[in-house]
Amino acid sequence: MDSAPDSDTVYLPEGVQTAVKLLVVGHFAVGKTTFVGALSEIRPLRTEEVMTQAGALVDDLAGTRDKTTTTVALDFGRVTLNDTLVLYLFGAPGQRRFTGLWQDLTRGALGALVLADTRRLDQSFEVMGVLEELGLPYAVALNDFDDGPGHGLDEVREALDLLPATPLLRCDARDRVSATETLIALVAHLLARTGELEHA
Amino acid sequence: MTPPGRRPGERLVRSYVVTGGRSHPSRNTLDLVTLLIAALGPPLTGLSPEKRRLMELCRPGALSLAEVAGHLELPVSVTKVLVADLMDSGHLVTRTPIPSAGPPSDTRILQEVLDGLRSRL
Repeated sequence: MDSAPDSDTVYLPEGVQTAVKLLVVGHFAVGKTTFVGALSEIRPLRTEEVMTQAGALVDDLAGTRDKTTTTVALDFGRVTLNDTLVLYLFGAPGQRRFTGLWQDLTRGALGALVLADTRRLDQSFEVMGVLEELGLPYAVALNDFDDGPGHGLDEVREALDLLPATPLLRCDARDRVSATETLIALVAHLLARTGELEHA
Repeated sequence: MTPPGRRPGERLVRSYVVTGGRSHPSRNTLDLVTLLIAALGPPLTGLSPEKRRLMELCRPGALSLAEVAGHLELPVSVTKVLVADLMDSGHLVTRTPIPSAGPPSDTRILQEVLDGLRSRL
């Protein structure tokens, strides 16, 4: 039996009491795993979830023969923030059809970072639509690929039809500092928003 | 035991065998970031191989449910079923998961996250 734990298993510091999660979402190959990897203190892990296609979860025997399943990969990493608090970052594909996965991921999540690519902005609409339906607040970061068209942020904001309060910034998903600054912008937005809700 | 010819990521046993045919855990409070800690005491005798592997992984220290799934190369849904059983049998305990009571109670935690991230720059 290969029952011994991986030699590279990194356990949480003893005092950690609370775990929170943020999602990093975006279309295929936008750099989600790179972003998570740039920040994570552990080698990013991958887990998979076998998804039943939306609709087929209904308890309907007649429907079972049409049931199709898809495997969705989730890459995630970990950042210990202080002696008692740890943050998990989950990179997830943005397709609407993974309804069950979304519910599980967003339950208790603080918010989401949408990674977008200026060459394929149109592919970010589905992701943002799902987040809005689920009521999960988000910020958008353009993962700056060297050969991407040089759109101005104002232009992109208009193209994505973002609310004025939604942060939009550029980042380099490979760079730890840039990725950290991006998360800071997201969390500052979440905090400001929560403050507004409290005082409403 | 890794039989020759087994592709990486391919499981030896099908998920429904691992969970005894069940697809839902015995409790629904488990989250991807629920922190799992091995309880001292209950012996591992009588546990299925998968549960034993899970316990052996968790014994040295705390890990999130997602990390346990990742290390054991099991789907999250299967891991939840196993974890719920091991909680029922007293082998595992959890730390209180995220306080998801709603926006106002999140302010303190968000501030803490923000401070923690800033300190990393």
